[in-house]
Amino acid sequence: MGILGFYLRKLYTVFRGEVLVLPSRVVVLLFFLVLLLLPVVTQDPYLLRILILTSIFAIFAASWDLLSGFTGQMNFGHALFFGVAAYTAALLNLNAHLPPWGSIPLGALAAVLAGLVIGIPCLRLKGTYLALTTLAFPIILMGIVFAIPNITGGELGISGLDRLSGSRLTDYYIAIVLMLGLATIMWKITQSNTGLIFHAIREDELAVRTAGINTTRYKLLAFCLSGFFAGISGGLYAHFMRIAGPANLEITMSFTVVIWAIFGGVVTIYGPIGAVFILNPLLEFLHFWPKLRMLMFALVILLILLYMPNGLFPWVRDKIETECPRCKIRNVATRKTCRVCTAQLD
Amino acid sequence: MILDIIISSLINGSVYALLAIGFSLIFGVARIVNIAHTAFYMLAAYGIFYGTSKLGLNPVFCMLVGVILVTLIGLISYRLFIDPIREHEGAVLIATIALAMAMQEIMLLLFSGDFLGVPSLIEGYRMIFGVKVAYQQLLTFGVALLVMGVVLALLLKTRLGLAIRSTAQDREVANLMGMNESRVAMITMGVSVGLAAFSGAVIAPLTIVNPFMWMHPLIMMMAVVVLGGLGSIKGSFFGAYILGFAEALVVFLIPMGAYLKGSVALSIMILVLLIRPEGLFGIAFEEER
Repeated sequence: MGILGFYLRKLYTVFRGEVLVLPSRVVVLLFFLVLLLLPVVTQDPYLLRILILTSIFAIFAASWDLLSGFTGQMNFGHALFFGVAAYTAALLNLNAHLPPWGSIPLGALAAVLAGLVIGIPCLRLKGTYLALTTLAFPIILMGIVFAIPNITGGELGISGLDRLSGSRLTDYYIAIVLMLGLATIMWKITQSNTGLIFHAIREDELAVRTAGINTTRYKLLAFCLSGFFAGISGGLYAHFMRIAGPANLEITMSFTVVIWAIFGGVVTIYGPIGAVFILNPLLEFLHFWPKLRMLMFALVILLILLYMPNGLFPWVRDKIETECPRCKIRNVATRKTCRVCTAQLD
Repeated sequence: MILDIIISSLINGSVYALLAIGFSLIFGVARIVNIAHTAFYMLAAYGIFYGTSKLGLNPVFCMLVGVILVTLIGLISYRLFIDPIREHEGAVLIATIALAMAMQEIMLLLFSGDFLGVPSLIEGYRMIFGVKVAYQQLLTFGVALLVMGVVLALLLKTRLGLAIRSTAQDREVANLMGMNESRVAMITMGVSVGLAAFSGAVIAPLTIVNPFMWMHPLIMMMAVVVLGGLGSIKGSFFGAYILGFAEALVVFLIPMGAYLKGSVALSIMILVLLIRPEGLFGIAFEEER
């Protein structure tokens, strides 16, 4: 009993000292709690549907950030991973009768393979060349999809997949828990040594090579990891919508993920996720003016960019928190001295 | 058959060349990857459609006014949305994507998503070696070559061209030599959008005008630019005809070819990049650090 009390008190101290002191951490905690507890308040199927799609796209956007934000390998064809996984999951599900828990991971593995296939030729390219070349891959695949309609269903796609699960509520928990879990994993990857090397490759690849690190291997690793996470979102999407179609490979899809990620702020993981959770429901609630909604979407992005070119979340975070000049630990903007080293903040 | 392929590839190639040269110019000078480039092309095609079909004006007059108006729109949107965030590459990128989307949606609102046609400038055709060649096709090809010649002359023979080329080579040094870098960028943007508008205007009678017509040329234009080497005018020129020819071959020779035309052209681009990562005529720049 005493031991348990000790650990509870310790947990409380850590919670107060590490989480409550920073508004950004409180916001993340609230985000987790609200998403997990939302069905207690409302089980409106329409709302749940929006949130399921939003969290699927959040995984997708965060996986783009893992590759393009962190290693700086601008990928304009991220829809390739999404589409490959969606089609693989759909074909496995319909032809081999694999249930979703089997077809989604296999779809993600197919996306990893796709990551290797496009990663190897792209390793030699940099910057804009890379961006414009990666744009080509989903379009090549889309041509192939259209050219063999008896396997891929052509323009109509493959429909009639198994449902993710029996009920909307279970679907919701599958999507939300996967999103929160995968996002945490991605964030952990970026905080690890591997993540540090990713950062370094973006900043100065030559210097990383000089330090004796095989950058080729790390860039391929980034392609594969990103492909895996994007693949899981693609498989989830195919099973939730019960269709895998050429729309998953379209150029719009690749562009949308870039918009989400840059709007939220790259090199953060939480930025793209937050951006999807703002922009995707916004797009749904604009359905009162169906003709105007994409226009409004574009204008909102243009206007916000003028004021926050680094993205929304880094801007907000800079407003509410300051970094201690001496020990580089973040503090609430209202504090006068650093919470750890008591240096003057200004 | 062979002549059909050649004619179709020459016309598509010229349009891709016009688009790619404009795209290359603004990329070279201001390092802007302008996704909205082909959206201006679409805008010009709509301008011609509106002028000739709705207002009943003279097509040539419409073309000139359309090109000038679209260039103005391009300059205004550059001033408003792109210039203030020039230092942030990512932000510029999605600003241009959003611009393209906004233009597509505005056209969708104004003209709905219908497939529209524009009447030819000159009616009639002539038989060349037994193949029917419309005068409009000859005109499009000729005018495209002429405009390319004018742009080359502008770049190689005038002081403005010298300023543009030197800014493309090294922005900072050009600035130190007393060239107003932001003004050069602005003028280049004007020339680039003007080229896009012009290619839209000459191709409008030969194609179907609809709000999504910018997607396919955008992909082909990027493939051309990468194939030829970023920032290289000569590369854009040859790349455009190579890909135009490949596209025409696939469409005419392979069943279901219309679906595969983009795939084949892009595969060629990737194959070339595997052998020469800087494109056919590109120069491998010293890595900026």
